[in-house]
Amino acid sequence: MAFRPLLSRTLGLTQTLTHSHTQTQLRGLQTFSLPDLSYDYGALEPAISGEIMQLHHQKHHQAYITNYNKALEQLEDAVAKGDSSSVVKLQSAIKFNGGGHINHSIFWKNLTPVSEGGGEPPHGSLGWAIDTHFGSMEALVQKISAEGAALQGSGWVWLGLDKESKKLVVDTTANQDPLVTKGANLVPLLGIDVWEHAYYLQYKNVRPDYLKNIWKVINWKYASQVYEKECP
Amino acid sequence: MGSSCYSPSPSSSHLLVTDFFSRGFKSSKLPFLQKRRFDRSQRASKICGYYGLRTPPYKLDALEPYMSLKTLEMHWGGHHRNYVEVLNKQLEKNDILYGFTMDELVKVTYNNGNPLPEFNNAAQVWNHDFFWESMQPGGGDMPKLGVLQQIEKDFGSFTNFREKFVEAALTLFGSGWVWLVLKKEERRLAVIKTSNGICPLVWDDIPIISLDMWEHAYYLDYKNDKGKYVNVFMNHLVSWNAAMARMARAEAFVNLGEPKIPIA
Repeated sequence: MAFRPLLSRTLGLTQTLTHSHTQTQLRGLQTFSLPDLSYDYGALEPAISGEIMQLHHQKHHQAYITNYNKALEQLEDAVAKGDSSSVVKLQSAIKFNGGGHINHSIFWKNLTPVSEGGGEPPHGSLGWAIDTHFGSMEALVQKISAEGAALQGSGWVWLGLDKESKKLVVDTTANQDPLVTKGANLVPLLGIDVWEHAYYLQYKNVRPDYLKNIWKVINWKYASQVYEKECP
Repeated sequence: MGSSCYSPSPSSSHLLVTDFFSRGFKSSKLPFLQKRRFDRSQRASKICGYYGLRTPPYKLDALEPYMSLKTLEMHWGGHHRNYVEVLNKQLEKNDILYGFTMDELVKVTYNNGNPLPEFNNAAQVWNHDFFWESMQPGGGDMPKLGVLQQIEKDFGSFTNFREKFVEAALTLFGSGWVWLVLKKEERRLAVIKTSNGICPLVWDDIPIISLDMWEHAYYLDYKNDKGKYVNVFMNHLVSWNAAMARMARAEAFVNLGEPKIPIA
């Protein structure tokens, strides 16, 4: 699939440009765009339906990006004007939409069709670390699935690496909070979206079934790559 | 709410009885009452710790095409039923939480902000009971009489209220609910949003109307189009009749103006 850059730089000129040469500013405001998937929408069937993948990617993720860009623009305005109350007021929108963008960008990379190695357990250092920390791959899968199923409301369940202690952790975050909100040293290796939009059309309210089947398309290669970068 | 079987005694007589006992009045004429642990929350003559799944006041396909039969079957038959069953299972293991009405259970398990594990299920059971009753076939349109007057007083106009309600629904992050409540202290209506299963009862507000903004409430019918769902709710589903009944009852607890016999 053609790869569009994740970021594209757009320059914004302040309105004062036309009126005062002394106040000319060239702002570099990064706007974000929807990253492409490296597989077709239907490629993860039957674990995740093509309908869900398309909606999830084109509607939900796109909405987070659109709103994130909007919030960032408003933030920049507010910072420039020194409007502190607006700056503070925008924080929740930035956290929510920015978090949504971050989390989903990771999520697409965490998935891959069976034909591309989806579901294949990690070999190498990550596999070894999993066995050390959790006893076995099965135990880890059990733990993540259980925590994901028990999450009230909307959120994510993560396999993360504490880059300071080099320990693997399983944790959950609410709504669109990225994993770093649970610990500044946490690096997400694997995230599973347990918002209802991630599975409802296919699994209805049976979240445990979704969590059981998603393992078949999990991209352990990517998780291993991230792990090996932090723990060479 | 639920199946805890009791006939509510008017609160005034209830206060009298507790005053009676708090003064340490012991009488040989009342041995029966003395034996019972009497606190304000125990009104049931028969201790019932289990709750039942209430059916909505209309057939499951009655809200078509605005809320499909499939959604009702899934939402009421799946989610709501699940909350009831899990709650009952939790209560089986709990000795202290029995004899409560649903309202009381919600407040007690909220535990002043440090919710007990039963809270989520209790609150969600209550929330869904309230939600089904907040809708009716042929709903929507505008409220009349007292409710309309109060809305116009507190929001300026019905249009303004509607805008605020829709905006709240669309700016909710994550799962939650949007409510029109009557605030007891401020004695006015307000639109509030709550996360996950939180219910305005815990803040002592009186809910008048609610809208479920959890994705499971609209995803089958509207996918990610929240705006359409909310507008359809306001135009075709919301039950202003239910709102009127609740306002009338609320006026027994909140003095909204000159004391008068409430006319719904």
